[in-house]
Amino acid sequence: MNFNLDYSQILYMPQEIGLLVVFLLVFLYDTFMPERTKRYTAVFSVIMMAIYTVYCFCMPVVTGFAFGEMYETNAPTWVMKNILNVGVVLVLLQAVKWTDSEFVSVRRGEFYELILLTLLGMFLMISSRHFLLFVIGLETASLPIAALAAFEKRHYESHEAAAKYIFTAVFSSAIFLLGISFVYGMSGTLYFRDIATMLLGNQSALLIAALAFVIAGVGFKLSLVPFHQWTADVYQGSPTAVTSYLSVISKGAAAFSFLIILVQVFGAAYSHVWEWMLYAVIILTITLGNLFAIRQRNLKRFLAFSSISQAGYIMLGVIAVNVMGMSSMIYYVLVYIFSNLAAFGVIAAIERQTGRVTMDDYNGLFKTNPWLAFTMMLAMFSLGGIPPFAGFFSKFFIFVGACHQGSVAIYALVLIALINTIISLYYYLLVVKAMFLRQDDCVIPTIKSHWTERLGLILCVLGVIFIGLISCIYTYINGSVDAISSMFAIIQ
Amino acid sequence: MEIFNNILIYFVIVPLLTLGGLAVCRNQGIKAIRTVAVIGASVLMVLAAMLVKIFLDARAGGDTSEMILRSDLLWYAPFNVHLALGVDGVSVVMILLSAFIVFAGVFASWKMNPLPRQFFMWFFLLSTGVFGFFISIDLFTMFMFYEVALIPMYLLIGVWGSGNKNYSAMKLTLMLMGGSAFLMLGLIGIYFHSAPEGQALTMNILDIAHNDAIPHSWQYVLFPLTFVGFGVLGAMFPFHTWSPDGHASAPTAVSMLHAGVLMKLGGYGCFRIAIYLMPFAANELAWIFLLLTGASIVYGALSACVQTDLKYINAYSSVSHCGMVLFAILMFNTTAMTGAVMQMLSHGLMTALFFALIGMIYGRTHTRDIRDMGGMMHIMPYLGVGYVIAGLASLGLPFLSGFAAEMTIFFGSFQHTDTFHRVLTILATTSIVVTAVYILRVVAKLLFGEVQDEHHRSLTDATWEERLSTATLIFAVAAIGCFPNFFIDIIKGSFYPVVEALQAALPNVM
Repeated sequence: MNFNLDYSQILYMPQEIGLLVVFLLVFLYDTFMPERTKRYTAVFSVIMMAIYTVYCFCMPVVTGFAFGEMYETNAPTWVMKNILNVGVVLVLLQAVKWTDSEFVSVRRGEFYELILLTLLGMFLMISSRHFLLFVIGLETASLPIAALAAFEKRHYESHEAAAKYIFTAVFSSAIFLLGISFVYGMSGTLYFRDIATMLLGNQSALLIAALAFVIAGVGFKLSLVPFHQWTADVYQGSPTAVTSYLSVISKGAAAFSFLIILVQVFGAAYSHVWEWMLYAVIILTITLGNLFAIRQRNLKRFLAFSSISQAGYIMLGVIAVNVMGMSSMIYYVLVYIFSNLAAFGVIAAIERQTGRVTMDDYNGLFKTNPWLAFTMMLAMFSLGGIPPFAGFFSKFFIFVGACHQGSVAIYALVLIALINTIISLYYYLLVVKAMFLRQDDCVIPTIKSHWTERLGLILCVLGVIFIGLISCIYTYINGSVDAISSMFAIIQ
Repeated sequence: MEIFNNILIYFVIVPLLTLGGLAVCRNQGIKAIRTVAVIGASVLMVLAAMLVKIFLDARAGGDTSEMILRSDLLWYAPFNVHLALGVDGVSVVMILLSAFIVFAGVFASWKMNPLPRQFFMWFFLLSTGVFGFFISIDLFTMFMFYEVALIPMYLLIGVWGSGNKNYSAMKLTLMLMGGSAFLMLGLIGIYFHSAPEGQALTMNILDIAHNDAIPHSWQYVLFPLTFVGFGVLGAMFPFHTWSPDGHASAPTAVSMLHAGVLMKLGGYGCFRIAIYLMPFAANELAWIFLLLTGASIVYGALSACVQTDLKYINAYSSVSHCGMVLFAILMFNTTAMTGAVMQMLSHGLMTALFFALIGMIYGRTHTRDIRDMGGMMHIMPYLGVGYVIAGLASLGLPFLSGFAAEMTIFFGSFQHTDTFHRVLTILATTSIVVTAVYILRVVAKLLFGEVQDEHHRSLTDATWEERLSTATLIFAVAAIGCFPNFFIDIIKGSFYPVVEALQAALPNVM
């Protein structure tokens, strides 16, 4: 290992450096620009972030280790970070108008700075190959979100959400750290690779407990059942922009890093243990998420439960532990980002102008706001897995990826997941039904949405329609995962 | 690209272009919308006629390959998913049928209100799915088009339907999607056993059939999954319950397209995927599904006898007739299977005719209950005669389509010499009598009975677009009845590979 800390190693982390530059630019702009130009902070940060995202796509992939192999960048991590970048651009774009509102605009800059900072933490989670770095990433990615959740200072629910979030985040970190300390106690190292080698010849109850604690810790972030209780309240109470960030970006990053930990640390020796743990967790997550979603009337709460069950589907790609499963999972997260942000974009636009978020408020929406209703319908169809929208492709691929593992148990698991797609289709159709089929006396009036909201929604709609039909996106992801296919070879 | 030289791809492109055209004419008014829809439907008719011509020429020219007009475009390389096109006789007649019904359906929904533009957009999305399903020979694309055809039903029924439409739309969508969930698992299972060890997995139906690599133990699981998955759409007992409610609530053109074409997707899929790819399990498990489809035939016909709503009568009659399609497919010989496809054609056209006429009558009387109507033959003779013709086709009068189909089916079924098949066939044959009972009951009451409501005397007969819509269908019903051999010759050859595969999989041949 190379422990020489020469600063040329920083060149191995161009995505993090780029993000840091964007963050600093936004920070400096927000701090030193005269008051009247400050209202362009929002647009400025969106443009900076967009430029940076496009730049990352154009850049050749950097692979290698840095800082004594604590940090690794390779083709899949590169793709994962790019996908998160795209999601963040969309989230920021949809938030522009909201941050202009009366009580939020004072702290406009903070919103963008905190989001960029948490994203940096997520990047570290994905790239770390050492638990110390991982925990730093995890904390950077968690704590600022509590501040974001409390952003609507006047709202009681916002405070409640922040409190709930910070307690669960701290608690889950504690459990996670406990698990790590067990591992450290047994192996004397925090490097993923060294731990994996040590685990190979070493089966003990303590390590199984450590595994369970790690799954629980990351499960909180992913809101897997039974670690999901915070989700609904936090999603409902937080400002919609923050909710959408939580539900797609934070979840996506957690799923990515979870996969890496499972495969690289526990994979080889403990796959038989965590497979069964995850079977139970996935079945519970998908089923309970769906069943609770049926009864929700508040759309943010509704999407919270829907996102719990979606996390279960994401985990199907993790449990497959093969190239097909991992690329399907990354693809699933990408599609999920677009579909969920389309839904949240509509909710945010309507909430900003009318303050109405329950499903009954959406009755007859199609009459007054055909485009918003249409976008929402596409989002629901995509989340429900209806072709020709992207959600169908990602669902099909994730099932194929899971079944690729080949055991009968996984076929049974996929069957349960498939039956659950029918339940989920039922409640997604409830929203469509409210908008298109129902009538109401006090329909939401025609809304004039801001151009940023419209642009964000148009991008989401284009994504939902075309990501599936254009096969090169999946092929690109698959190609980059294929580059590290040897990682999976040890497990089979 | 090479694929654009293939006529088949235009069956998907034309409806999509029509969809796009409709999307563009936002402020153009009803005339422009109708024009675009009619142009789209007519082009599809012309394409279908050209396809039949090409097919006949190819066969006459000695092309004996299983599928003609093959094209292949790699789509998702990691899964080996292709946009693979190809048609055999069965697909050709199914495409012809779909084109006919889309054409008639456009005219039947001439006065669609409200939101005619959106209605036609969903209508053409649905037909995109239907045509795409019939032209693909790749499991993934087939399944994708299958689901594309299902989901527009929700909005078509929910927004433009009548009666208990919210309930019916949800029930129909969830049941059909439930079927397709089983189907999806079945297809994934087939995919992972599609090639012998060491060869690349494939989604191409013909390759899978030639590889014949699905282990027998897996066939026992995958065959029921796929057969039930498609069987739900084919209204197989006990999964038929969506059909009466769905059809009763759907607007006319949607009922036509759904009963006329969409339910055929079920039968077609059962034969093309379930039986063709898993002949071993098909032989072993056919008895279960024969009992279920036999139950559909008898139960559907008997239920139709006690209904009073015209659409419910017709929906239960569809359950009975579609049961006959699956029943004949499961007989595993060329004659019965040919009969099955003839029955698909015949049922598709005459049910579409029925639903069109019911829609037109309902549009005038605002009731579908036969107890509230009577004497329609004097009031609207054109519609009355149309109804009688559809009814006679349904109960199997010679020179109309039903006779040719049912004759072939029962002839083929009776070729089995064992008691089980013969007893079932005899039971199924009784449905012809029951069909006569409910058809004649409706005709007597509705057309020749006492006029129940004095307001009905002032009703008018069919308008020109209604006449065009029904005349197209009556023409087709009579054409099949008078020249069944034209269609049988197209269809027959397609079953040799399937029957051969089934024979080869019989245990006693080994």
